[in-house]
Amino acid sequence: MYGKKVKLRALFILSIFLSLVLISFLIFKSLEENVIYFKSPTEIKNLSELESKKIRVGGMVKKNSIKTNDLEINFIITDFKNELIVSFKGSVPNLFEEGKGVVAEGFLEDRNYLKAIKILAKHDENYMPPEVKDALKGNN
Amino acid sequence: MSNQVGNYSLYIALLVSILLIFKSYKFKSNSSKNLDSKIFSLLSIQSLMILISFASLIYAFIISDFSNETVYNNSHTAKPLFYKISGTWGNHEGSLILWLLVLSIFLFIFFIKSNNQSNNYRVLTVLFQEIIIFGFLLFILFTSNPFKNLFPIPIEGTGLNPILQDPALAIHPPVLYLGYVGTSIIFSSSLAAIVCGIVNNNWAKHIKKWIIISWIFLTIGILLGSVWAYYELGWGGFWFWDPVENVSLMPWFCLTALLHTIIVLEKRNLFQSWTVILCITTFALSMSGTFLVRSGILNSVHTFANDPSRGIFILCFLFFLIFLSIIIFFIYQKNISKNLNKSFLISKETAILINNWFMMFFLSVVLIGTVYPIFLEVINGLKISIGPPFYQKLIVPFLIPFFLFMALAPKLKWIRDNVYRINIQQFIQLIISIIISYFLIIKFGISYVFAIPLFGLGFFLFFLTIKDFFSKDSSLSQKLSHFGFSLFIISILLNGVLAKEYSSNMKVGDEREYMNKTIKFENIKVVQESNYKSIVGEFKILDDRSNLSMKPEIRIYDQPRTLTSEADIISTIYSDNFLVFNILKDDGYYNVRYQHKPLMIWIWLSVILISFGGILSYFKRND
Repeated sequence: MYGKKVKLRALFILSIFLSLVLISFLIFKSLEENVIYFKSPTEIKNLSELESKKIRVGGMVKKNSIKTNDLEINFIITDFKNELIVSFKGSVPNLFEEGKGVVAEGFLEDRNYLKAIKILAKHDENYMPPEVKDALKGNN
Repeated sequence: MSNQVGNYSLYIALLVSILLIFKSYKFKSNSSKNLDSKIFSLLSIQSLMILISFASLIYAFIISDFSNETVYNNSHTAKPLFYKISGTWGNHEGSLILWLLVLSIFLFIFFIKSNNQSNNYRVLTVLFQEIIIFGFLLFILFTSNPFKNLFPIPIEGTGLNPILQDPALAIHPPVLYLGYVGTSIIFSSSLAAIVCGIVNNNWAKHIKKWIIISWIFLTIGILLGSVWAYYELGWGGFWFWDPVENVSLMPWFCLTALLHTIIVLEKRNLFQSWTVILCITTFALSMSGTFLVRSGILNSVHTFANDPSRGIFILCFLFFLIFLSIIIFFIYQKNISKNLNKSFLISKETAILINNWFMMFFLSVVLIGTVYPIFLEVINGLKISIGPPFYQKLIVPFLIPFFLFMALAPKLKWIRDNVYRINIQQFIQLIISIIISYFLIIKFGISYVFAIPLFGLGFFLFFLTIKDFFSKDSSLSQKLSHFGFSLFIISILLNGVLAKEYSSNMKVGDEREYMNKTIKFENIKVVQESNYKSIVGEFKILDDRSNLSMKPEIRIYDQPRTLTSEADIISTIYSDNFLVFNILKDDGYYNVRYQHKPLMIWIWLSVILISFGGILSYFKRND
């Protein structure tokens, strides 16, 4: 027979192991559900099928594209190759401006149209989403 | 001129660092007392040199010396003096000098304060700390030197990002750094202690002060950042699960766990290895916090445009330190004296272990949520982000057992206790709390699944921590911190479910109806200030009981040309009214957001209470 101490220790290790397994299971399950993919307008154009999940789209706000009315703000996100129309009800951050970087979070209605539920902009006025930087470099 | 002074003093500090590493490595415990004064003088020279270089950088900022590249990139002559000074650490290079300064000054203080400890242990701590200092000096001198000369000298600087021109943000980095860097002393001394084989209650008593002080600074540092984000970014909340916020929260969880474990080590001489592991992890998390924020690899809205080569250096250095500490831990682990103290399942020791379990769980959730997107991007190029629901889903349900433990466990005794001490009175309180939460949920129509037990146990914890003030079981500092925490929980729970938000695009003269309130946009005024132009909106928020007039601002800075919104917040002890507006383009429309945030002020106050408990405990005499 094993001593009481050995048994206790085995129980302790077993419980740690079990809780680790449980935790990783929980974490990875909810990761799957809550991941938001980040895409550029070009990537959205090339999507084989439209997802119903929430996504983020990053790019620049096209010059002269912001149209405002009482309820909505409409604008165009561009990565200088492709464009995406965004409509949004809600409040926008300070650095949301034409010709600046922006990230819109929301649901795709079709390949050209995003219903945003959140608009994010970066703190740094010189910041540009990396893929936009790449796209700009490609153009020059 | 100040460039040269700053630069050369950094090089001298580097030399001293090499000398100190060499000397402390060669140190034998039988050496004379002479060495003590030698190390003392070397340490003071080093701290002085780094202080001089920091001062010369501040000086360069004050006189707007644009021959210095850092000053040129981050300052402007038209900036108020206060922000010229705070601009010193508002940028990457300057903030690293501050890191370094705190590193060396903390080591200096540690060396003076620890003269009742064995020389061997003190010198080893100096050795490990100097390795960190050496790494940071190399990093500063070769990848982010703040004393680079510019020629020809520009006439005007490019200015400091205006959202950083704010009192809360001026002191947020130094306070946070004091917390981060405090963990470096904990790290070095825990390694030294394990090498000397003195991981015991004496060491715990001595290092506890450092743990408390880092914890206080870290807590207040996080609070300041959070307050700033609340009013300056116009987000109108206190936590957004943004990666940059998360990296400051991770060492906090670890440090909080350590804060509890060290008491067990002090009182009962248990959990030696675990304490050392926590010490190492806390520092590793603080370092990775710096790395993640500074490297710019985080996909965060806080990300500042940055240079990736810096990130690689910190990453390599971080791995080196972790590797070193793991090796030391395994080689010297046998030094840890086998402990014969018995403890039983129901005891304070177990309770603190459970606390640690929760902290580690919260830590791993936040860690995975923060790091997983980075890994995924490296592995298959997918860009993802993880939103608040992930954290809420994983953390909130676990708060229910956490509250229960936190309410009952502090009353347990050391070594062995009895469950039957949980008496009928507490049971009644629990029932009452559940009933209160039930009615609250009915009244406000909250639909969250776990709402009843969550609120119920939240109130239970709240009542019990209040009642604790009248008992003599534990120290005042603990009561205060735990009460602060329960107040925090109640405030964020109520705030979370009762907060209301309305946003709309409005022109001057417009009126909007929202939840029996009327929001009137009456007028705008333009005011010219010294370094920005201000557009002040005049709003009225009307309902049947009150008539608030609110004046949010939009500031247009010239250098660099940026817009910032200054929210107008009316705080009462019941709730905050938060109004912010934003200009979209010149078509007369303003984007207006109104928020009603119940109990907001209590969130800040409760965190202050929590850290005040820490302060009390720091000044408490050792008994």
